[in-house]
Amino acid sequence: MSTPLVMFLTFIAITLGITYWASKRSAGSSAYFAAGRRVTGWQNGIAVAGDYMSAASFLGIAGIIAFQGYDGFMFSVGWLVAYLTVLLVVAEPLRNAGRYTMADVLAYRLKARPVRAMASLSTLTVSTFYMIAQMVGAGTLVTLLLKDSGLSYRTAVIGVGVLMIVYVVFGGMLATTWVQIIKAILLMGGTLLLSILVIAHFHFSLSEFFNAIGHVTYHEKGVAVVKDFLQPGLRYKPPYGPLDLISLGLALIFGTAGLPHILVRFYTVPDAKTARISVVWAMALIGSFYIMTTFLGFGAATIVGRDYISTHGGTNMSAPLLAQNLAGDVFFAFISAIAFATILAVVAGLTISASTSFAHDLWTNVIHNGVERKPGEEILVARISAFGVGAVAMFVAILLGPTANVAFLVALAFAVAASANLPVIVLSIFWRRFNTMGAVLGLGTGLVASIGLILVGPSLMGIDPPTVVGAARHLFQMKPLFPLENPGILSIPLGFAGAILGTLLSHEPTALHKYNELLVRSNTGLGAEKATSH
Amino acid sequence: MTETKQLADMNVTEWDRIANSQEFKDLMATKKVFIVPAFVFFIVYYFALPVLVGYAPQFMATKVIGNVNLAYLFALSQFFMAWTVAWLYVKAAGDFDKLAKDIIDKSELRRGGK
Repeated sequence: MSTPLVMFLTFIAITLGITYWASKRSAGSSAYFAAGRRVTGWQNGIAVAGDYMSAASFLGIAGIIAFQGYDGFMFSVGWLVAYLTVLLVVAEPLRNAGRYTMADVLAYRLKARPVRAMASLSTLTVSTFYMIAQMVGAGTLVTLLLKDSGLSYRTAVIGVGVLMIVYVVFGGMLATTWVQIIKAILLMGGTLLLSILVIAHFHFSLSEFFNAIGHVTYHEKGVAVVKDFLQPGLRYKPPYGPLDLISLGLALIFGTAGLPHILVRFYTVPDAKTARISVVWAMALIGSFYIMTTFLGFGAATIVGRDYISTHGGTNMSAPLLAQNLAGDVFFAFISAIAFATILAVVAGLTISASTSFAHDLWTNVIHNGVERKPGEEILVARISAFGVGAVAMFVAILLGPTANVAFLVALAFAVAASANLPVIVLSIFWRRFNTMGAVLGLGTGLVASIGLILVGPSLMGIDPPTVVGAARHLFQMKPLFPLENPGILSIPLGFAGAILGTLLSHEPTALHKYNELLVRSNTGLGAEKATSH
Repeated sequence: MTETKQLADMNVTEWDRIANSQEFKDLMATKKVFIVPAFVFFIVYYFALPVLVGYAPQFMATKVIGNVNLAYLFALSQFFMAWTVAWLYVKAAGDFDKLAKDIIDKSELRRGGK
């Protein structure tokens, strides 16, 4: 058996053990959906980090920096600074006024059924698209990493899908939390070790390291070029590059605070103060991690080199190949196992937030008008929908195949979160006049605008040369109608405009009347959901 | 559980009474004094990065220490900016908690609670 396979199996065995332990403690809605609200501040902080740092950040960022230098580091910056929006604006009010989902806060003073239906649609859209991107990534990665074990893409996708379903169905939020905590610790440890090895390679001299970044050599169309990789502009080129960069920043800064799988984590702690502390813990970890992407990305560019990475699996393999170059096959296996753990923890978080929204928002509150017909029904529905969500993600990931261009799905998730979810969360907390029509129109406009602009943007529209084949080709072979990869700069204002317009077009005395209650609850924590006692 | 039920029974005027009380207004004002400037500051500081990198790449390529340029240093400073704002917020939020606790205690007294 190969070393990577042994390490994968070890991780799987440990997490299944945790799931078994958690399954005995997951009776009751609050226990199943919110881990009994007894997760401590630092635990939740680490879990938020584990929920957030996806394969896109570990493998993706290392790869973008290794290939396009400084511009890739811009993602790292945005992914951390975004947490200030979470900390200052949404985490505490959400914890104070909600129970299990983002829609709880919206439905507080608005008409529950239309608002929850739209919010749930948006949650399911964000989670499913994000999950498909992770699954395709997992399939490709596992196939590359375990190529000696003869594992196929399909087997890998099914394996990841089955595991995430098992965690969520049997272990609920508690198991998901601990899978995320273990993954975050592994990821931080592996990244720190890899960073130290990179500095050691440059004789522990930062100036030697940065000098090497100034002269990165590789071949472009057969010609050797030398570039300063600290120089901006290798990825975002004129005419639209700078605008795309700003649009990306907007989607990250406002999208993170609207990601359903991150928001639900704040329901797992006892109170708003603990939610706040957990954001700070998450920021410490996430920030340290993204600073270290300097060593991962530029290390791969200078030590391994673009030429070698291109012929040995491509951009996403930059970090594992760097590990192999610096410390051999066992370390390569270790870093690969961490990448695998990373994907599993993120998809588990996505599955639980999607299935909770389906059960709590759509099933109980929209279809059955807020009444759980028999005890435990909501959990049962959530478990069944976890199967459903997992099956859909597996099916689509297998259908798309390993060569599919899925990076845009992550951009789409952030764009929908920033354009649909964030405007209505913010307006419902801060604007007395806000009402149901505003929420429905805001969610709808944000959703349609971000999906529409990505459909007609350069991710899906473009003219490929005949050498590009299969799923790697653009879906529509024509010039893009919208020039930016990231729609945020247009779709976020549209989301806000929809929400404001809808509000102004209608009158809703109850929403106005109940604002004081929401205001007091969200700012003082009076009447907030308590932790379950043991 | 009883407390939740009690709160649900609380008539709307109790929420309105709290919302209109001086203590609650003080809490909101104290929050605003910190959160609004902090939010505006971090948004301006953050978006200065993509704007400068996008529209003044030559200026941002200015080397400061050895090969390390302004672009990288400014990006790196964003991490410390975020951590500092978060730390200041946690310190300020201690005051919010105290003010909020006073409001909650008073409300429970009114209801004849503990």
